[in-house]
Amino acid sequence: MKQEAQLRSLIEDVREGKLPRRSFIQQMVGLGLTAPMASMMLMHAGVANAQATLPYKPTKRGGGGALKLIYWQAAVHLNPHFAGGTKDQDASRIFYEPLAGWDSDGNMVPALAAEIPSRQNGGVSADSKSVTWKLKKGVTWHDGKPFTADDVVFTAAYAGDPATSTVTVATYKDVKVVKIDSHTVRIDYPKPTPFWAEALTGIFGCILPKHVFEPYIGAKSRENPANTKPVGTGPYKIVDFKPGDTLRAEANPNYHVPNQPFFDTLEVKGGGDALSAARAVLQTNEFDYGWNLAVEDELLKRLEAAGKGRMEFLPGSDVEFVSLNVTDPWNEVDGERASAKSKHPAFSDKAVRTAMGMLLDRKGVQEVIYGRGAITTANFLNNPPRFRSPNTKYEFNIDKAVQVLETAGWKKGADGIRAKGNVKLKFVFQTSVSQPRQKCQAIFKDACTKAGIDLELKSIVPAVFFGSDAANPDTYQKFWADMQMFTTTMGSPDPQVFMEQFTTDQISQKANKWSSRNLARWSNAEYDAAFKAAQEEFDPVKRAALFIKMNDLVVNDGYIIPLFARPRPNGIVNKLVPALSAWDNATWSVGYWYRES
Amino acid sequence: MINYILRRLLIALPSLLGISLVLFTVLALAPGDPFEDLANNPNVPPEVRMALRAQFGLDDPIWQRYLRWLSAMLQGDWGFSFVSRINVDTLIQQRIPVTIAVIGLSQLLALLVALPVGVLAAVKPYSWFDRIASTVAFVGFSLPTFFTGVLFILLFSVQLGWLPFVYRADLSSSGWQWWVDQFKQSIMPITVLGLFQAASWMRYVRSAVLDVIRLDYVTTARSKGLAETVVINKHVVRNALIPVVTLVALQMPAVFGGAIVTEQIFRIPGIGSLLIDAILRNDTPVIMAVTFVFSCLVILFNLIADVLYGWLDPRISYR
Repeated sequence: MKQEAQLRSLIEDVREGKLPRRSFIQQMVGLGLTAPMASMMLMHAGVANAQATLPYKPTKRGGGGALKLIYWQAAVHLNPHFAGGTKDQDASRIFYEPLAGWDSDGNMVPALAAEIPSRQNGGVSADSKSVTWKLKKGVTWHDGKPFTADDVVFTAAYAGDPATSTVTVATYKDVKVVKIDSHTVRIDYPKPTPFWAEALTGIFGCILPKHVFEPYIGAKSRENPANTKPVGTGPYKIVDFKPGDTLRAEANPNYHVPNQPFFDTLEVKGGGDALSAARAVLQTNEFDYGWNLAVEDELLKRLEAAGKGRMEFLPGSDVEFVSLNVTDPWNEVDGERASAKSKHPAFSDKAVRTAMGMLLDRKGVQEVIYGRGAITTANFLNNPPRFRSPNTKYEFNIDKAVQVLETAGWKKGADGIRAKGNVKLKFVFQTSVSQPRQKCQAIFKDACTKAGIDLELKSIVPAVFFGSDAANPDTYQKFWADMQMFTTTMGSPDPQVFMEQFTTDQISQKANKWSSRNLARWSNAEYDAAFKAAQEEFDPVKRAALFIKMNDLVVNDGYIIPLFARPRPNGIVNKLVPALSAWDNATWSVGYWYRES
Repeated sequence: MINYILRRLLIALPSLLGISLVLFTVLALAPGDPFEDLANNPNVPPEVRMALRAQFGLDDPIWQRYLRWLSAMLQGDWGFSFVSRINVDTLIQQRIPVTIAVIGLSQLLALLVALPVGVLAAVKPYSWFDRIASTVAFVGFSLPTFFTGVLFILLFSVQLGWLPFVYRADLSSSGWQWWVDQFKQSIMPITVLGLFQAASWMRYVRSAVLDVIRLDYVTTARSKGLAETVVINKHVVRNALIPVVTLVALQMPAVFGGAIVTEQIFRIPGIGSLLIDAILRNDTPVIMAVTFVFSCLVILFNLIADVLYGWLDPRISYR
């Protein structure tokens, strides 16, 4: 495969020092891979993981006063293995730590691990079926009990028990974690697992104390008082928690990292709206850090002009995209709208899809609406240049779109709308209610009207659109419209789960109560084969090449039109030095936060 | 009197039962799923969601769920929040102190402003005082709290930097400093809510007093040579209060749920914001409990109003 060879030569360049490690990882991210996966590739190839360290200046513990964070959504509980949303994950991550976290470059940074396992230090077995983690010694839980391998073994069993109903069950149900000695554990995978670092790292890997959680494993998990009164190993200890409102914590005097934490107390306030949260950080300095300030860039710039704080945009894996329906949403086949057996009358013509791709003015929307909050992208595949195939570059060109349509035989009718036979280019375009999305819809409609395509805009309340009510016709899972737009996120550091959403098995339909993830109902035998191969491939480079190929297949077919990468906007007051990461929670290393004097 | 109260309470039972049935059915039929977050998370297999639904009894028929809820409620078990997985009564208890402190105080402020200003304005109608008070009141109730709230924030927090605009239920300071901080953070929401309420109540008090002040017995009282303060306080205000009591008593339950907008603006963790969050997250047990408490309060305050009438006007008797 050409891509595989190119990847290998890039890795060689890194090894020889011709290509900086960081730019390699950035290129991989541009290819639609995740930074953690790219760094795993380097590790596998034996390119040493420069022991990643985070900057930290203070020379003694405490003395930093209060650290105040504001979230416009409030945390409702503090068990990391029940935390479905970012707000709950971030809040519980203050108290609990995994064996290692992920920094912005995709490096693993040890937390409760003594070192990162690798081929070289014998941590990762040659067949990629087991990983041995050495644990840090001298770590104690907030209640004074020592942290040992038993806690790690227990956490995997707790999370992997389906009766406990954790959100991390998929990561743990098939793996076996074995205790080797009091501070060493081994993870055994049932089959070769190239991305071995999902279990026990990041938010999925937060270790729970066995002595606190053991009585509440399984169906009793709800009754555990520790769900709201955490006992962790983290830099801060709980003082008080009011679900849906405030979280108060104080410095852990026995924290296992010297000189940390810097702040004496920590407070997380939840609720309200993004704009006033931005105001509280950037304008009045009532809070030190504001989470996900999804506000129009114009307004943010005005608030920043006060000179009291700054915005930081962290590019991660969120992508806003438009999908064109592969199936026919308006006619029933076998009693089902948008049946996988049907074909969309207009979009089945590649010329229409190509024209639609040219009519979406990404750059215009980015400049007018999102500003720094969006990075235009032709597809999941836009960087580096040597991988960019000539037919995947994005372009906004009404004239060219018109030309494509004319050539394909779509002629303008008396009403100005193009048609061929009895099929008219008249589409329903749906998305969730949100000011920038509606503006974006209007801009697209304008361009389409000029090209003779009529868009009917529809916006649906987020609770319904993203709700999973099988009885509601307006959910994005049903996709009973011609086009829809939303943001998708890669929830885990490995892209496999993400890429699964374009496989034929995942087609969302009546048979599975529209609960699976291929919403556009796109199906491609070559893609399915590549996905299958990637699942079994344990050479990380070959596997990465397969993912790139899959990206290419989806994007080039024109049904899925990626628009923007959406970096996460964080508000930070002057002098605060937070340690943020795009590939882990905002609070993943809250012990490293400090204020410059 | 005791008989009357007991009878009223007994009549209230079937209405509460009816209210709970309607609430429960509407909530059960409404779209949405408390485990929506999980459905949108590709890392969570659908089985987890299904298992949770089964575990929390969401897949049973509505009547079964209602009966289960009712029998638990009768035993004092309010159920638990699907979202935070802790008991609903704990959640509500956490919110009550703040709700009473902020919204209760604002109602008190409203009364303290509305009563004297309304009475004074009515005693000398069309005087300068009356004109100014009426104009201010008119402006006051024309401006919604979400507007005045933001206006206050822009002025006192952003421009002047005097007051914080994010309410913190857990102040870390102690002693005198705690009272100072508490005062600083409460003054804006209390004023915004209180003055809005005071404006409409003041108009009401004024017209109620005006109705009474022209009656013959007031003239008689004056001609007997009673002091003006006695005439006003004993003869006018007491009689004028009856309609005002109705209004205020019926407004009281709203203290526990009506300040949602103001609570959002100042981020006050009151019952109103608990309710709105629960609605947004489809957390049915919490919605059910809060709305049910709310309907109980409406019934209770109706009763209190009726009892107060008798005290204000001995001619009203209870049979």
